[in-house]
Amino acid sequence: MSPPARPRHRSILADAGLSALVAFGLFGAMIGLKTDAGATSLILTPRPLAVAIAVAVVFVGRLAMLGWRAARPAGTPTPKRLGAVMARGGRVVAPVFLVLAITLPCYAGRYYLDLGILILTYVMLGWGLNIVVGLAGLLDLGYVAFYAVGAYSYALLAQYFGLGFWSCLPLAGLFAACWGILLGFPVLRLRGDYLAIVTLAFGEIIRVVILNWVSLTGGPNGISGIPRPTLFGLTFTAGGGEGSFADFVGIEPDITQRFIFLYYVILGLALLTNWVSLRLRRLPLGRAWEALREDEVACRSLGINVTVTKLTAFAIGAMFAGFAGAFFATRQAFISPESFTFIESAMVLAIVVLGGLGSQLGTALAALVMIGGGEMFRDLAEYRMLIFGGALVVMMVLRPRGLVSGRKPSVSLGPARQIPVELLTEGHG
Amino acid sequence: MAAPLLAVDALSMRFGGLSAVDRLSFVARAGEITAVIGPNGAGKTTVFNCITGFYRPSAGGLTLTHAGGTFGLERLPGHRIARRAKVARTFQNIRLFAGMTVLENLLVAQHNALMPSVASGLLAVFGLGRYRAGERAALDKARFWLDAIDLTERADAPAGALPYGAQRRLEIARAMCTDPVLLCLDEPAAGLNPRESDELSALLREIRDGGCSILLIEHDMGVVMRISDHVVVLDHGRKISDGTPDQVRHDPTVIAAYLGEGDEDDVPAEVAQ
Repeated sequence: MSPPARPRHRSILADAGLSALVAFGLFGAMIGLKTDAGATSLILTPRPLAVAIAVAVVFVGRLAMLGWRAARPAGTPTPKRLGAVMARGGRVVAPVFLVLAITLPCYAGRYYLDLGILILTYVMLGWGLNIVVGLAGLLDLGYVAFYAVGAYSYALLAQYFGLGFWSCLPLAGLFAACWGILLGFPVLRLRGDYLAIVTLAFGEIIRVVILNWVSLTGGPNGISGIPRPTLFGLTFTAGGGEGSFADFVGIEPDITQRFIFLYYVILGLALLTNWVSLRLRRLPLGRAWEALREDEVACRSLGINVTVTKLTAFAIGAMFAGFAGAFFATRQAFISPESFTFIESAMVLAIVVLGGLGSQLGTALAALVMIGGGEMFRDLAEYRMLIFGGALVVMMVLRPRGLVSGRKPSVSLGPARQIPVELLTEGHG
Repeated sequence: MAAPLLAVDALSMRFGGLSAVDRLSFVARAGEITAVIGPNGAGKTTVFNCITGFYRPSAGGLTLTHAGGTFGLERLPGHRIARRAKVARTFQNIRLFAGMTVLENLLVAQHNALMPSVASGLLAVFGLGRYRAGERAALDKARFWLDAIDLTERADAPAGALPYGAQRRLEIARAMCTDPVLLCLDEPAAGLNPRESDELSALLREIRDGGCSILLIEHDMGVVMRISDHVVVLDHGRKISDGTPDQVRHDPTVIAAYLGEGDEDDVPAEVAQ
């Protein structure tokens, strides 16, 4: 699409005219014709003005974009300032966000707490997937499968064996990790697109099995009545009573207390994910993941067991999805296969890619914007997806490697400097 | 004469109907620099890929013998050849971890020393399992090699941003960080200027004198003749000459192969890369 450097005015006009023509072809019928309910049948109402406006917007927009490009001296790089500022500001921004996150229950109402829980769930999923995609460079489109395994592990263990949340949490992570290894084995030979397709299929297989294994999972009816988490045996019920948290500390029972508790649980889990992945990055295992992303052949020539290294990435990424899944089940108290569709995988992957592969802060910010923003604009109904798609396109044009790109060395002799994103490999599976 | 380190015995590698290496036999001795030379497409890189486990030979044996034991390289998977048999290699087209720093490249090479098993790698997350001492030793070794290749100044620079000659040297240092007994170098002098070639020759001699034997593919005859103890000449997948640099230089079959006598038409394509 990019025109030759310094296009002349006429070619700019011609290009904009062509864009307007394409827009007319696209919008002519879609915007130009409106169906209304007539007396006996549907009638078509033409809306020439709306089409004209849409086409004009495209024409002027294209003109402005090309004009701006032509006005810049040739060879000006795409703005990188935002990234540089973000990378440097990360030291300040991250603690500020942490403090804000910890103190949120002090000033936020129930709605915002609930939203915070949702966002943090996605932050955690994003951080978990970041291990697989960002560090090891394995494109996983079926991440939601492990989320589902975690959620169903807890729900089923609670239903059949009456286990509580805290004893199921590690089990859910363990089961998800096992499934991660199970998925890892057949896909190890695959790379790039092939890997993506197989992981996508795996995600769907898990969902379809859950949907159809009615005798165990309840199929489309899901599982309800999943027990809520407790704090050292203290419950958070709206009515209070014996053995409840409110009764124990002697305060009025309030449903908000449960939200606050859930909020801190997911905050703790998310921070655990963050800590483990930051720590792993500085350890031989994490370094091997990154080396694997950079060059698999070289890794093999250095005696690194590529199979085992990939499997650990899959397993650890899946484990955190399993934790998040168990949390999701206990928060909702009800799960069904509908919560684990492909769109969830796509959402988490979008968060990771938007945030910048391998960047913890970027992932958190992207989750905040995508999930929080999505909720905020709920009133806009369908336009939400339009804005969402538009934002993604703009991001990919301006910052194709994500919000916070670049990489900090895991070890250095002198002061560590950011590695420019241009040198990084995205990984080919 | 030194003990044989690597014995290549009737090695054959066929790709479909194409015979890239045909019943090749030679011996690389411990403590020597053995050069494998030959015109383009002679099968040199294919031999390397067989030795380092990237290809499984169609027939023949590759036996490596050193203090750590005897290994049949034709049967070992690639990562074990590096880890157990202690054969390291570099690549014709440099394969560094471009997005990682010079230092990180050298630490990744010491992965197996730092992380003997997955369990120990995971224990390290919680600061357990003697990980710290290992990391310190690894950094010391990395510093030693940084000094040896004269890149200490640029230890924290991304490997992809280094000039070409430095990348070549770093790749050698990275291979050396795996503590190999046999270092296989695939055209290390390609693209180097004369001064850099001299430095490379000195570095390779230093490595040899440090106890690591070297197997070398090289087109730069100046380098080959200066540093090799033993030269094997391949043409069309077969060995046409074998001896000291001086013997090889005066071998009429070698001169014929290089000057293009004989039937050029059935030169196999460069199948190795």
